[in-house]
Amino acid sequence: MFKGKNFLYSLLGLLALVIFFDLGQFEGPLVIVSQAALIGLLVFGFFYSIIKQGMSFYVLKRIGGASFVLFIIATSTFLMLRFLPGGPFDSDKALPPEVLANIEAKYHLDKTLGEQYFIYMGDLLTGNLGESYKYIGRGVTDIIAESLPNSLKLGAYAILLSFIVGLPLGVLAASRHNTIWDTSAMFMAISGVALPSFIVGPILVYVFAYSLDLLPPALWESPIYYILPVVTLGLRPAAIIARLTRSSVLDVISSDFVRTARAKGLAQKVVLFKHVLRNSLIPVVTMSGPLVANVLSGSFIIEIIFAVPGMGKHFVQSVTNRDYPLVLGVTLLYAGLLVTANLLVDLLYAVIDPRMKMQS
Amino acid sequence: MKSRSLWYDSWKRLKKNKAAIISGGFLIFVCFCAYFAEYVSPYSFEAQDASKILMPPNAENWLGTDSLGRDMLSRIIWGAQMSMAVGIFTAIASLILGTIYGAISGWLGGRADGLMMRFIDILYTIPALVLLILVMVLFNSLATDMDPKDKALYGTFVALSVVGWVNIARLVRGQVLQAKQLLYVESARAIGVPSWQILFKHILPNILGPIIVTLTFQIPANVMFESFLSFIGLGIQPPYSSWGTLASDGWRSLRTYPHIIISPGIALFLTMLAFNLLGDGLRDAFDPKMRK
Repeated sequence: MFKGKNFLYSLLGLLALVIFFDLGQFEGPLVIVSQAALIGLLVFGFFYSIIKQGMSFYVLKRIGGASFVLFIIATSTFLMLRFLPGGPFDSDKALPPEVLANIEAKYHLDKTLGEQYFIYMGDLLTGNLGESYKYIGRGVTDIIAESLPNSLKLGAYAILLSFIVGLPLGVLAASRHNTIWDTSAMFMAISGVALPSFIVGPILVYVFAYSLDLLPPALWESPIYYILPVVTLGLRPAAIIARLTRSSVLDVISSDFVRTARAKGLAQKVVLFKHVLRNSLIPVVTMSGPLVANVLSGSFIIEIIFAVPGMGKHFVQSVTNRDYPLVLGVTLLYAGLLVTANLLVDLLYAVIDPRMKMQS
Repeated sequence: MKSRSLWYDSWKRLKKNKAAIISGGFLIFVCFCAYFAEYVSPYSFEAQDASKILMPPNAENWLGTDSLGRDMLSRIIWGAQMSMAVGIFTAIASLILGTIYGAISGWLGGRADGLMMRFIDILYTIPALVLLILVMVLFNSLATDMDPKDKALYGTFVALSVVGWVNIARLVRGQVLQAKQLLYVESARAIGVPSWQILFKHILPNILGPIIVTLTFQIPANVMFESFLSFIGLGIQPPYSSWGTLASDGWRSLRTYPHIIISPGIALFLTMLAFNLLGDGLRDAFDPKMRK
């Protein structure tokens, strides 16, 4: 039987997790212990349900595939890093040969390409992404560690918001198919898809920060600062989820088992929530992977508009600065995040819909 | 009884969808204005008038003027030229690339297909905007002897074409895989039609419907990506301007002169809306089973 509830529980778990990490500002042993316990519980629950359903092989296969993809991407970033012309040591003045030799020794440029490759991959495995060209002496890993939590928080809240808004909107539209409710909900959704975030953001800032003076226009300091960026970022995914949920619910509504349930004389509400909703969540779950990608790249603009000190901002700046180690480090990280998200979605999918197991 | 083609049926279904027809009309109007920008726009897009700086909308300048006294309406019409050109040409480039790649992959099947799709999977794991920026970085470092403004323009074109084809390749491959099983392909094979002819003369025309629908969604996606890039300053550079660069200008003077961001915003919104409604209409028209 399909376990749509598990999906809702995972969403709630995610919400709890995010809010919990936000409390990290209040440090103390109790917070750390309970955070660790929470993560441990989630990880344990996840693997427990996988093993219980006999999917260990499927999971290993998927993890292997994901690692291979990451390996290829890492190799490509290495090649780009080595062969992109222009770098921090290009200057009009010729450097004295001793200085040049020192620099080359420091960055391993005096070794063969093969050796450089092994050094690079070894560094990657230990989490060292090299040094920034622009901020001399700062490691790319440091810069990422500093800015990633902000981006993750922004993204996680936006995804949560989009589910909280999108799911009910889609269900409402489908359950009142071809009424004014349906039309207006879908018009809202299609507008959400069509509105670029770099227009919505400034308009929200103008209305809520400048005219009404209710919310801060930028920066990322306390929860009240989160509202505008999260709403701006979450709008498009919410619209996508609403449309997807609607078409999925409509699909399920016309299926045989729903007709049977209705013919049995079950109440409309029971049919909708017990039979329809659970099954129509499956396509929405599969959509969550691409959604994460959408939110990840969407956050670039949001971070610039609202001056959020996150990764997107660093990424865009590092491109302008030709800071290749930072550019490629962030690329690798984004790819890693996306691969992980897709993997988790696939596994979640397999957990909530055991029919998947047969196909693998 | 006279037989009716798939196209005729689809057109009849599309005609019933008012939103899609209005959207189509609006898009033709936008393309017309963009193509004939020279004749349509009331002023030149770069004519500065120091006596009319940052005017709100009025009788002379319907949408007001910007910080250099340039007419906003004219700038939006010229911006449409750039935005639509980027959107349409890059979508067509990705269409050609993606169709060939996807068709070959689906047709060959087996190990070759697996290998070709692995490559697509890898491209898929890099978020589109990141890939877009990486391709631009590569392009910029390879084309060193180009004028910076042209480099930005061509870089945007190349990056968008490279990124968009992945979607189309996946779609075409899936469609070809399905079509391969069908009877008309089998009979074509049985009478000895060469593979490439079956692929391009028999299968492709039959899967044109979904391809057109994807194209209708690819164009606005590319327009949006171009605006994204231009907004964050990595896309098109002055003196060229698109809706993205106009929005970027407007954002900088948001606090005091909000009208500057509103007009390119509305232009972009309406165009995106029209493309999406038209795309939905086309999808329903080509595949009535999908209709909700």
